[in-house]
Formats: sequence, structure tokens, C-alpha cells
Amino acid sequence: MRVALFVTCLVDLYRPRVGFAAVNLLERAGCQVEVPVQTCCGQPAYNNGDLDDARAIARQVIRAFEGFEHVVAPSGSCAGMLKCHYPTLFEDDPAWSDRALDLAERTHELTAFLTDVLGQDDFGAHYTGQATYHDSCSSLREMKVHAQPRRLLERVDGLQLKELGDNEVCCGFGGTFCVKYPELSARMVDDKVARIHETGADTLLAADLGCLLNIAGRLRRLDSMVRVYHIAEVLADMADGPGLGEAGDQGKERP
Amino acid sequence: MKSTAHAFKHNVHVALHDERLQRALHKAGGGFIDKRRAALDELPEFEALRESARAIKDHTLAHLDEYLEHFEAQVIASGGRVHWARTPEQARRIVVELCREAGAKRVTKGKSMVGEEIAVNEALEAAGFEAVETDLGEYIIQLAHEPPSHIIAPAIHKSRQDIAELFREHHGHHEALDSAREIVDEARERLRAAFLSADVGITGANFLVAETGSAIVVTNEGNGDLTATLPRTHIVLAGLEKVVPTLEDASVLLRLLARSATGQAFTAYTSLFTGPRRAEDGDGPEAFHVVLVDNGRSEMLGNEFHDMLRCIRCGACLNHCPIYGAVGGHAYGWVYPGPMGAVLTPLMQGLGEAGDLPNASSLCGRCEAVCPMSIPLPALLRRLRVRQYAAGGGSKRSRWGLAAWAFLARRPRLYQWAMGWGVRVLAALGGRRGRLRRLPGAGAWTAARDLPAPAGDTFQKQWRQRAGRGRG
Repeated sequence: MRVALFVTCLVDLYRPRVGFAAVNLLERAGCQVEVPVQTCCGQPAYNNGDLDDARAIARQVIRAFEGFEHVVAPSGSCAGMLKCHYPTLFEDDPAWSDRALDLAERTHELTAFLTDVLGQDDFGAHYTGQATYHDSCSSLREMKVHAQPRRLLERVDGLQLKELGDNEVCCGFGGTFCVKYPELSARMVDDKVARIHETGADTLLAADLGCLLNIAGRLRRLDSMVRVYHIAEVLADMADGPGLGEAGDQGKERP
Repeated sequence: MKSTAHAFKHNVHVALHDERLQRALHKAGGGFIDKRRAALDELPEFEALRESARAIKDHTLAHLDEYLEHFEAQVIASGGRVHWARTPEQARRIVVELCREAGAKRVTKGKSMVGEEIAVNEALEAAGFEAVETDLGEYIIQLAHEPPSHIIAPAIHKSRQDIAELFREHHGHHEALDSAREIVDEARERLRAAFLSADVGITGANFLVAETGSAIVVTNEGNGDLTATLPRTHIVLAGLEKVVPTLEDASVLLRLLARSATGQAFTAYTSLFTGPRRAEDGDGPEAFHVVLVDNGRSEMLGNEFHDMLRCIRCGACLNHCPIYGAVGGHAYGWVYPGPMGAVLTPLMQGLGEAGDLPNASSLCGRCEAVCPMSIPLPALLRRLRVRQYAAGGGSKRSRWGLAAWAFLARRPRLYQWAMGWGVRVLAALGGRRGRLRRLPGAGAWTAARDLPAPAGDTFQKQWRQRAGRGRG
């Protein structure tokens, strides 16, 4: 099965290890993974009212990911952009709307793809700790992903999952929202951090790097002991290095 | 009321640092959410009802002219009159004129958001009438000279102590009341006197029924009934979009309204008012008027904000909004707060005045998820942003930043070269600490958060290097 990885701009730039973890999981589940040249899904333009740039970027993504059986993103937000919003962007453009719909049908969020499409929920991973899981708004409401990451985490040896209170509430990231309205965003992430601490978990996991950067940034500022990883890192047994924002060797991946 | 939506950021700052408000918001917070959840758990057909409700409203809006004319004909047939107001000014003039015709001194009011929208109380007072709000929450904020902070719970920002103090000040006794019971009893005593002496009663309407010419008003206090039936004249204020074809249609919407709003299966009072009192009626007004307010609604009917006209003002989007929950309703600066307000206020007051509102959202989508009328609120907020961007709105800095980023994002090779440098610089700055406390130009991020440092080389660069070694 030929699968293209939509790595997402944040993973590409910030946390390459998540990309390698996603590749690792997909390959072990029998996929042949390719990584077309890519930049971003275009959400910053789309959510700021700049539809011309959003469409130009979307056309670029549609072209680059044509011909793959499936397109998988380690993010509900970027997958949601491809799946839910590209078709909207081109609804009045007959030349592109079919191509956008075709991509939408082939696009998946990583945890949902592993469980629902590939039928895999045990990757034999080991992680010692109590983890809580943050549902990103896009995963939950656009991609309808809720049970899948939990099913995967239940199979991780040594990991005890603690449910996060108010799991339907946004963490306050929201793309450019967090820098346009920093006081509101700070309040929201503070509420989220309070819920995380209430669980008593030592690790926070999520499947969206945007939320994770936001929450990890606040946790580090508060000198919290809670460590932060993308769920793919734990599932691929690659959560042995520093968590997001932690001190340590930030260097290249070990192949 | 005069909008302060242009000062949204300032309002947010003040609200976040207002300890009394924060305590009140915290206390009110989860109640509505839990009650709604419990009510829906007992209603397995909720999704089906939601679909019917949407279909009813979409059908009505597609034939709005016909249903409004039919409604008017039925009101006239039952002995009432319908007045059409394109603007808030026209609506105020009509109401004042009707009160003069009735020879009124005192006017009682049931809660009406359209009344707030057209600032009817100010107009009545300016014309020399005494206007008394009879919904307890509205009565409280009228005493405090404040606008409502929630569309169904106007005084939700007030604590019991705040209210007791207000009553002490305005009702002229020495000691503040301490129990909710005492507060309610005192308000009832005051309001009874107003009900019995009012000449005109003004209510809103939750629905207007075309087939019967009726106005449906739901309340939990019964104040709507006393406002409508005791005075000589009853005036109904309603937006054009409130009309539904039949009683059957109204009943579908009613099943969703209270559950979405307060988690009740039904409100304590659901009253239908049809025309003035008939010869055989025991009570009721001598005159019955409906003032239909447009105020931008007919324009929305034909544009990309059409979906907003399905709104039944239940308040579920406010109750589930993390922004509303953090700052309350007053920060939004005008009559309608929360996600529905962030759509309506710019449409009614202009994007120049309320340009922050559609932007101050993480587009988390919880509002759309709970909306009983399936209004795509995040999409509507985005459409306002599109209008704003096309009109050259937003700060220079953010427009520039966005343009520079988009220029790169449309050119993958250049993007990878430029971003590759960017992340290496950030990684070097982060060093072994793995994070940055401060970064020039990133103050909005680093005010409350560290910036986790990137790893060094981008994923794509590392991937292609490996592919070069025979992998990939």
C-alpha cells in the first residue's frame, strides 16, 4: 500500500522525530511510505481570510499528493484542513473541486488510519508512566477521532492512561489566534494545564503538534514536571529522548 | 446601547483581571453544560430533531416573504396590527408612538433581545415613559444600568451579594438580604406593583406562527404572561426571522430550545398570544401589535451569512465557548456575546467597530457542535475574516507577516531553504536547554509560554539525506 506522509509544517520544522515515528508505524503496518515535497496545508492563510493564498497552497498540496492510495497526517488539524476545508475552498471551481474531493477521501489522521484502515492497535511499544491524552479540537470534531488513540495507548506496555477532564475544551492554540489574542490564549492554556495536573499524570500526549507546543510551552514556563510527547513517539518507542521543550540533546534522529 | 466592541482587547484585559466577574463566571460555568448534557441523554432523537429543525428553518427562510405576509394577514384577522421596521430608529419610533396612542405612563417589559438590539428602553425613557423590566435578571441589570451579559441569563455576571447590595441601594432598606429566597420575594413584591399599574406591556417572541398569527413566548418566571395580558396594550418585538409556518413546526423548535438553553425539557411557561382579547376572554389586552424588525436581517437572507438566521437564541454556543467562559458577555461590547454575537455584532454594527470579534476565536468548533440549529459558526467567523481581509483590515504587521509566509509557502524549494535556516538559528538559540524564554518579535507567544526549541534540521531534509543513502 503506497501511503504519502503529509508531515505537517510544525513536525517538519520543530519535531522531525514525530515524522520518523509516523513512518516507523506505517512501515511496520505494511505501508510503503513516501514523502512528497511539501510546505504547509495553508491554514494560516485560510483562517485569516486570505483565500487566494489558501487556494494556491491547496492546489500545490493536491498536485503533490495525487496518485497515492492514502494520505496520512500526524495531526487532526492538518488532516481536517485537507479533508474538510479543501473541498469548501474549491466548491465553485469545477476544475479543482473533484480533485479536492478526491484528496479529501484519501486523507486520514494518523491514529485513525492505523486502527480503522490498517486494523492495527498493538505496536508492542513500552512506556513507563501515567499519561493523559489531549484531544485536539480538529481531531475530535472535524475528523471524529476519539476512541482510536485511546485504543492504541491501551496496548502500550507500562502506560497507564488517565482521562483528562474537560477533554472537549480547546487548549487555546488556534494557530495565529494564540499570538493575536495572547491573553485569551494564555488563560485557555492555563485552564488546560490545571486539568492536566488534576489527573496526576506525568506525561501529556496528543496527536497535534500545535496543541503540544502550546501546552508544553506553558508547562515548561511553570516548571511543571509533566513531560510532553506526540502520541506517535510513544507508539513507535521513540519517546526516550527529551520531551517537547525539555533540556537535552536536541540533535538529529538516530536512524 | 453604545457598542464598545472596538475596545475588545481592552475589555478582555479588564474582564480577566476582574475577580468578582471571574468568580461569577466560574460558578456559573459548568452548570448549563451539565444540564444540557443530561437533557440530551434523555432524548435519543436529538439528532433527528435537529435535522427537522434545520429543514423547517431553511424552508421558512427560503419563503420568508410569503410566511411573513401570511403571518401579518393572520394577525390582522385576529384583530391585531403588524408594523414593519427596517432600522432600529424606525422600530423605536413605532414603539414610542404606540405607547403614546395608548396614553401610557408605565410600560412593563418581558425579556427581549431585539429590545436590547434596538435600545427600546432608552427610547421609552427619553420619551417620558417609565420602563420596568420584569424578568428578574433583566430587572437586576436595569437597576445596575448595565447591558445583559448573556442572552438567556442576563445577570449571570452578578453574584447574590452583588444583587443584594443593588436591592438595598435601590429599594431603600438598610440591611442587605442574604438568601436567594428573600431576594426573589422582594423582586416579586416590586414587580407585582408594576404589573398591575402598567399601561403597555412589551415582550419579545421566541417564535411567530404564520398559520395562526400567534407570538410564542417562553419564560421560567411567568413574567411574560403578566406583561402581555394585564396592560391595555401588548406590543411584541421580534426579528423578521422568528416566523415559522405552523404550530407543528414551532413545537419541533420548542423541543430543542429549552434543552439546549437550560437543560429543561420545557420551560415553566410557554405562552401563545393571538390578537387582543375577544369578547369571551376573561383577560387580555385591548390592542395587540407586532413590530417586525429587520436591522440587517433581509440583507443576511441573501448573502453568505444566511445560516445565522436559523438562530433561536438558546445560548448554547455561549455556554460552551471557552472565550465567553473566560471573559463573560460584556467584553464583547454590544448586545449579543459569544460565538453568535461574534457573527451578529459585526453584521449589525460593522466590521470597523467589531473587527476583533470574529478573530478572537480559536475556531475550536464546540459552538457548532452544540448548536441545535446546526449553524456553522466557525465557518461564518471565517467568512467575516475573508470580508475583513478583502477590505484591507487587520494590523499591518499581521498582514505583512502572513504575506511573507504565504510567499514562501507557495514556493517549496525557497520555503525549505529559508525555513531550514530559521530552525537552525532557533535550535542554536535554544541550545541544550531545549526552549527559549524570550525571543525578539515573539513576545505574544513568550509572555505566558516558553518556546520549545526545534531539533535542528527539518524532517524533509533529514528524510532526503537518508533517501540519498538508499532509504525511503
